[in-house]
Amino acid sequence: MIRLAVISGKGGTGKTMITAALAQLLPGTLVLADCDVDAANLALLSDPHLIRSEPFMGMKSAVIDPAICIGCGECESHCRFNAICQKGDVYRVSPLHCEGCAVCVHICPVQAVSMQTRQTGEVMYSQTERGHLVHAQLVPGAGNSGLLVHAVKKMALEQDRDCDLFLIDGPPGTGCPLISTISGVDAVLIVTEPSVSGLHDLKRVVTVCRQFRPRILVAINRFDLDESLAESIRQWCAEESIPVVGEIPFDPVVIDSVRQGMPVTRAGDSPAAQAIQILKNNLEQELMSYDNKR
Amino acid sequence: MKIAVASGKGGTGKTMVAANLAFTLAQTCQVTLVDCDVEEPNLHLFFPAPATAKDVTVPVPVIDEKICDRCGKCGEFCQYGALTVLRDRVLFFPELCHSCGGCMLVCPKNAIHEEPKRVGIVTNATPMQRLNLVSGYLDAGNPFAVPVIRAAKTATAGDCLVILDASPGTSCPVVETLDGCDACILVTESTPFGLHDLQLAVDVADRLGIPAGVVINRSDGKDQETLDFCTNHDLDMMMTIPFDRGIAAIQSRGDLLCRVRPEWLKAFSALYSKCCALVGED
Repeated sequence: MIRLAVISGKGGTGKTMITAALAQLLPGTLVLADCDVDAANLALLSDPHLIRSEPFMGMKSAVIDPAICIGCGECESHCRFNAICQKGDVYRVSPLHCEGCAVCVHICPVQAVSMQTRQTGEVMYSQTERGHLVHAQLVPGAGNSGLLVHAVKKMALEQDRDCDLFLIDGPPGTGCPLISTISGVDAVLIVTEPSVSGLHDLKRVVTVCRQFRPRILVAINRFDLDESLAESIRQWCAEESIPVVGEIPFDPVVIDSVRQGMPVTRAGDSPAAQAIQILKNNLEQELMSYDNKR
Repeated sequence: MKIAVASGKGGTGKTMVAANLAFTLAQTCQVTLVDCDVEEPNLHLFFPAPATAKDVTVPVPVIDEKICDRCGKCGEFCQYGALTVLRDRVLFFPELCHSCGGCMLVCPKNAIHEEPKRVGIVTNATPMQRLNLVSGYLDAGNPFAVPVIRAAKTATAGDCLVILDASPGTSCPVVETLDGCDACILVTESTPFGLHDLQLAVDVADRLGIPAGVVINRSDGKDQETLDFCTNHDLDMMMTIPFDRGIAAIQSRGDLLCRVRPEWLKAFSALYSKCCALVGED
């Protein structure tokens, strides 16, 4: 099995659209995972039929029993996450801020605090035309999205370990959800765009990826919106020995197809669909050569 | 007045709205712009200027092996699995540590003290008159954005008028950015992705009790679903920015819409007035 994560650094460069199109075009059996658990969108392009769902329990969080609390404030003064505040004569924990460290449980002189499990998300296992999709929904505002990413990957690998390809739609950024997404993958496809922000964020995410040693590949989306910045990206990638495996032109058909709930490669022939076909061919070669070396 | 600019979905134009709003306000009054998207900060690209940098550190435990008798209490206590006590030593995994200080509290021998560990930097610049830019940068490979966001916000604690640019998503970094703000501008695009993620972002603002309004960016006129959503959820439609290759080009080369096309200053002034109206200020 080859594990490929589509990521970007900067948000909104076209990860999900490209992931959905690649899922349609790449040969062999595959399992899909949407690891952008904060704002998961791959299901909107994959027409999934839910097989089952499981609650996701994040870290436990502290709960103060107001009947026992004597209002001493020890918990508040020891909490490093500003998660505890006074409410009348007693103290209360804000679940949005609590990181589950349990220091308050330890420090409370009257044992008024306990750690309780809370559901902070849901992991879903669905059938799509191209194989199974594991996706998730974090309760808005909840923490531990890196743990939820881990739960999504785990379910996909347990259920479909015989697949040829594990294709991941990743999160933006470089923090814990991204690190959790790229740990253990064979290759990352970084989707960037020709803007100063796109190039800047590409450089940062490459720095993070290099700490995990996957093969790094780049695709430039909407490359024709700024030819000179697209050239800067090509040059930088050449200097860093990172292959640019695809360049997709700006094409209004992309948005139309997203509005119809399908990847652009399903919406008939278009410049974007043709470019993604080439991206898919290049990607296949890169992944095959990687697999052979392995 | 503290206004956060957030979105749920990435790439909808948060940074563009935050930068132009701050640029507009700085024409007449003192404003602080804070880049809270510390995983991928971009505001400095639109306001290049010499900056001073300060390290952001978090306390992490250091164990004095001479005093430690490997009793195992710290490892049992740590909820994050950051400490593993072996027969002859204690292993510490800094990337798992949340800096709660619990291990130090439970150690019966007082063998643990804390030392600062760098996780990022906060920079401070004055790219134009009346505009102060504070940016947080998370160090590469560091998973926890929240302490850097907190440090960037702390650096602006005394400022009266603050615009905060949030990261995409709906989890802890966004909560940390929005916390304590008076109003929130949610930037969206009229696609199923944009709408899906807007709903989540509205939910976060609701949970934090922050009044929110919506800006539609790159509108191609097909905004009806988003407009209906705003009506049904009693959300103020604050501004619509059309899709225009010219505007996209200004943004992609790192320039500002209001600087290149000053006719937009009025629209961003109106956006600020609507934020004030949300909060109930004139």
